[in-house]
Amino acid sequence: MADKTQTSANFSSVPVMLLLTLVSLPLVLMYAYLFIDTISNSEAGSLIPNELTLEHWRFLWETRPGKASIWLVTLNTFIFAGSITAVILIVSSMAGYVLSRLNVPARGLLLAGVMVLHAFPSVTLIISIFIVLQYVGLYNSLIGVILVKAAIDMPLGIWLMKGFYDTVPWEIEMAGLVDGASRFTVWRRLVLPQIKPAIMALGLFSFLTGWSEFILPQVLAPGSQVQVLSVYLASLIADDNNFDFATFKAVGVFYVVPVLVLYVFFQKHLMNIYGGGTKG
Amino acid sequence: MRILLDKFSKSFGNTKVIEAMDLEVGSGEMLALLGPSGCGKSTTLFAICGIHRPTSGRILFGERDVTSLPSQERNVGVVFQSYALYPHMTVEENIGFPLTVRRLPAGDIKKRVAEISALVHIDNLLGRRPAQLSGGQQQRVALARALIRRPDVLLLDEPLANLDAKLRLEMRSEIRRLQKETGITAILVTHDQVEAMSMCDRIAIMKEGEIVQIATPSEMYNDPRTAFVAGFLGNPPISFLKGKALSGAFVSGDGNFRLPLGSLRDIGDGRALTLGIRPEHFGPKGDLVIEGKVAFAETQGRENLYDVVLADGSVLRSIQPVRDDVKLGDCVRWNLSSEAAFVFAEDGRRL
Repeated sequence: MADKTQTSANFSSVPVMLLLTLVSLPLVLMYAYLFIDTISNSEAGSLIPNELTLEHWRFLWETRPGKASIWLVTLNTFIFAGSITAVILIVSSMAGYVLSRLNVPARGLLLAGVMVLHAFPSVTLIISIFIVLQYVGLYNSLIGVILVKAAIDMPLGIWLMKGFYDTVPWEIEMAGLVDGASRFTVWRRLVLPQIKPAIMALGLFSFLTGWSEFILPQVLAPGSQVQVLSVYLASLIADDNNFDFATFKAVGVFYVVPVLVLYVFFQKHLMNIYGGGTKG
Repeated sequence: MRILLDKFSKSFGNTKVIEAMDLEVGSGEMLALLGPSGCGKSTTLFAICGIHRPTSGRILFGERDVTSLPSQERNVGVVFQSYALYPHMTVEENIGFPLTVRRLPAGDIKKRVAEISALVHIDNLLGRRPAQLSGGQQQRVALARALIRRPDVLLLDEPLANLDAKLRLEMRSEIRRLQKETGITAILVTHDQVEAMSMCDRIAIMKEGEIVQIATPSEMYNDPRTAFVAGFLGNPPISFLKGKALSGAFVSGDGNFRLPLGSLRDIGDGRALTLGIRPEHFGPKGDLVIEGKVAFAETQGRENLYDVVLADGSVLRSIQPVRDDVKLGDCVRWNLSSEAAFVFAEDGRRL
């Protein structure tokens, strides 16, 4: 998408900026205090901190009794989000192509079915999934919750990929076939590069939803060896004995940093998911 | 290599596009499939290159039956209307792609790409991507890609449709030059009669999935088998007059003029006929005087084009060397060359 940052000569942007600043001030303050509170202590009831401290970030170098190490949890989260991304990308880039281009019996039914699955709230399935996972021995394991989360997010990916594949001209594929390439080569070498923006976007999107997923890991993989950050965070606030609000905030900041980094570097690609075209 | 279509039929679902078509293209020949859009010419082309499977009938390359072979095993080169270049690859990678998928050594590919790109005059553009090329250059890349693995057959699907007028002229002779130099059998699909006539050895004119006539361009122009063929070839197009047969002559609708024609000797009186007159056969020279009013005049630089409305309202076109004595609205008495006129029966058959 082209840059839309140019300002209009006919309208001054000052009043709009002013209004937006005013409206978003409370949000900005909230974020500011989220950060300030993690590196300082203040008197009860006071807004101004009276000392700087790193004690709330202690969780980074010491593991509390009964809790998992933050680094193990972070690694788990990366494995969780990364695996989901990989599974979704591989399956939906192939399924999308098949649904867009090959002669599939009952294509309409299939697409509608996939859509219905997407519309299904995962919470309604959680009890049955719990039972199934326990039955096959994947309860309290990362693999189990990865498979479940990937399966639930898959319909959106398949639909998105199908939409992007639909915009790739048929002639490119025909040319590939008469040039002597097999159907798989055509897909891999000619068609897939055309939808690279979509792959980027879907990959980021999947990673971010995986990173922020809470309810599935909480129910299906709560054990301390397989905890992810969202579950760890929740366990902090649920712990009535050692209630520490500042540490909770520090973990929260720690949790959100990778997301911010991704947004900063890849927001152009992420926008593509709503653009729906093969733009680079 | 000779191409033979034997009783080739193709239908999509219940729609029959082509039924029992026979067509033979000689080795080294360039044949045009000419027809209006929707006449099945592209379908035929896609069947020859293996993208569509024929519903019935056979397709032979030389003596080899390729009917059930997939595209990959047919060794055909295709130039698509949109060129279908691979946007993410450079020109060099595009041209080399057919060899790359065959796993040829990289050195050989480089050499062959250099050869073929010199042949189509794009050897200075190898590092660019398709988006950085003009229409004519893209066209040359597409040609090079189609030719690089020395195909048995070259298929061109409206290759000039996306070019501007001047480039079209240039690429017309360019494609013909390459075809002659490589001696490859080629089929050109087009709806433009000028392209077909200027580039090809023979023309197969198609209508509603059938071949109406196959002939060399000049044969077809001078001896059209039906009114459709006569109307399709020629620019400016032929004009048609309605009339009927009366004792061995064509009589125009209002009886204003009669034209004795040998071919009408055995035709019963009163049969409805159509007379086709090419614009170059109506003008100052000829043997039959026809009177009318100039309703349209256009100068094309070297020639002038006139539409003359006759008394019964029908229109005759005339093309003449430039003159400035005739103006819009003038009444003219021009002559018609009766031996050059075509007579068609009511069903369009030439008599």
